[in-house]
Amino acid sequence: MGGPRGAARLLLRFWSASLAAEMEYGVNAAVELLSVLGNLAGSLFVLSLFFRHGHDLGGWSWDQALVVLGIYTLLDGLTSTLLQPNLGALVTHVQKGTLDFVLLKPVDSQFWLSLRIVSPWGLPGVAVGLVLMAVGVVRAGTPPSLPGLALALVVLVAASLLLYSLWFVLAATSIWFVKVWNATEVLRATLVAGRYPISAYPAGLRVLFTFVLPVAFLTTVPAETLLGKASAPAVLAGLLVAGLALGASRLFWIFALRFYTSASS
Amino acid sequence: MAMIRALGLGKTFRVADKQPGLAGTLRHFVQRRHRDVPAVRDVSFSVEPGEVVGFLGPNGAGKTTTLKMLTGLIHPSSGSVEVAGFRPQRRQVDFLRRITLVMGNKQQLIWDLPPLDSLRVNAAVYGIDDAEAQRRIRDLAEMLELGEELRRPVRKLSLGQRMKAELLAALLHRPSVLFLDEPTLGLDVNAQARVRSFLAEYNRRYGATLLLTSHYMADITALCPRVLLIHQGSLMHDGSLAELTNRLAPCREVRLELREPLPASTFAAYGTLEDLQGRAVRLLVRRERLTASVARLLAELPVVDLEVAEPPIEELIGQLFRREPAR
Repeated sequence: MGGPRGAARLLLRFWSASLAAEMEYGVNAAVELLSVLGNLAGSLFVLSLFFRHGHDLGGWSWDQALVVLGIYTLLDGLTSTLLQPNLGALVTHVQKGTLDFVLLKPVDSQFWLSLRIVSPWGLPGVAVGLVLMAVGVVRAGTPPSLPGLALALVVLVAASLLLYSLWFVLAATSIWFVKVWNATEVLRATLVAGRYPISAYPAGLRVLFTFVLPVAFLTTVPAETLLGKASAPAVLAGLLVAGLALGASRLFWIFALRFYTSASS
Repeated sequence: MAMIRALGLGKTFRVADKQPGLAGTLRHFVQRRHRDVPAVRDVSFSVEPGEVVGFLGPNGAGKTTTLKMLTGLIHPSSGSVEVAGFRPQRRQVDFLRRITLVMGNKQQLIWDLPPLDSLRVNAAVYGIDDAEAQRRIRDLAEMLELGEELRRPVRKLSLGQRMKAELLAALLHRPSVLFLDEPTLGLDVNAQARVRSFLAEYNRRYGATLLLTSHYMADITALCPRVLLIHQGSLMHDGSLAELTNRLAPCREVRLELREPLPASTFAAYGTLEDLQGRAVRLLVRRERLTASVARLLAELPVVDLEVAEPPIEELIGQLFRREPAR
C-alpha cells in the first residue's frame, strides 16, 4: 500500500468509487434525510416531556441533555455512513465467498473491510448531531476552553472507535455463523439507549449500560467532557475501554481469519 | 528454480456428522460429532516458471482446495507448499503482488460501476501510478478486445464481457503466477475461445506461470501442454494430455468397411473384435501395434474404407471417474 500516502490514496479511491455507486440510487438520499429528521423529532419530543414538568433528567438540564442527544445523532450518522455499509459488505463477502479477493490483496484486510465503502446518506445525521451539540453547549452556558474542546474531541473519537469495535467484532462472527445481520440490528437498537444521559436510567440499567454494553462511554462521557462536568476517572475509563475494544477487535479478526483459513473450503 | 512446489500436500476438513431430521438436529446440538474428511491427500508436483498447467478432476476432487492452498487462502493440514519462493499461507505483501486468483463463479468488480472504477481502486491497492495504470489498462484491454465496455456499469455487461473485465482487474498488477478456477465457466464458445487465446498471449508476452482448472476440455487441450489429474484428493496423473490419453486408453478403435462380410474369427489376428455388423467392423488395436495392424488389414483384407478413431478424452476421464465412484 506504500505508507500513509498510499493508504490515503487508496481511501480516496475507495470513497470516490462508493459515492459514485451510491449516486446510482438517488432516492435513498431523500429517504435517509427524512428518517434522520423523523428520529430526531421523536427524541426531542420525548426529551421535552421530561422537562416540561420541571423534572431534571438524572441531574441534566434540558440544554445539557441536548448535547447527549447530539452525540447520539452524530454516532448514529457515522454508523449509517461507515459501519453499516462496510460491515454489511463483510457479511456478504462471507456469504458469497468473495472474501477471498479481499484476503489476496496486499492491503490489511481489516482496513479494507472497515473503510471500503462510504455511504453519504448518514451525513445528514452527522451534521444534525453537530448542530445539536453546538446549540446545547452554547445554551448550557458553559463553553469549553480550547484544551477542554481538544479533550472532548479525543473522547469523541474514542467513543467512535469503541462503537466501531463493537460492530466489527459482531460482523466478524459471520465467519462462523454467516447470518449475523440481525445481531447488528439488535446492537443498533440497544445503542438507542445512548440518546439520553446514563444517569436518567434506573440503577440496574445503568450498570448494564456501563459495564456490559458500554453505552455510557459512547454518549454520556463525551457529553460530560464537552460540558466540563466529566470526572477524570470517567474520561480515563472511556479512553481505556475504547483502546481495549479496538485491540480486542484486531485480535478477534486475526483469530477469525485463522479459523477461516483452516476450515473454509 | 520451480515457481510452484507442492510436497505431500494434504488438507483435511472437520465436518459435522449430523443425522437428518429434527431428532438428529437435537442430538447433534447436545452432542456434537465430527468426522474428518480428507479433501486433498499427499499431492506433490512442481511447476517451472512460464509453464501452463491444467488441473483436471471431477467436482469435489480437491482442485479448488488445492488452488486455495497454493494462494494461501487455506492452510494445509500436512505437507508443504512454496510459490515464487514464498510460503503462501503467510500471505506476505510481496507474495500477494506476484500472484492472482481468478474465479469464474465469483467477481471482484463493483457491480454498479463501470470496470474502470474498480480498476482505479486496484491501481491504488497495488500502488501503481496513474500513467502506468492507464498504459497497462490500454495494453490489456487491447489484448482482451475490450473497449467501451470498460465505461459501462458491470451489471449491464454480458457474462463474457464481464469475465474479460475480471481478467483485466486481476492482471493489472502484472502477476507472474496466475491461478484460474474455471475462468471460462458459463461462457459461450466464442467468449471461451477469446479468453483462451488471451491467456495464451499473456503467458507468452509476460512469461507468466498459469495453473488453471476447467470443465471444458477444449480449454485444457488448447492451453495446457501438461495436465495434473486429481481424483478423490489424490494426484493420479502428471504429464502431457497425450500421455494421459494413452494411459487411460491404450487402444485405438479401427473402423472398417469391407467389400464382403467375413467371419468373426478372421479378425483375431489384427486386434480385439468390438463389433461386427455385416460389412462394418469395429476393432480395438493396441497403440503400439496400430501401424502394423492397419498395414496388414489393408494388404490382406478387402477393405473399402478404414478409419482410426481416438477415444474422446472427456469420455475417458468420465469412465475413469465412474469406475471409482466418489464416496
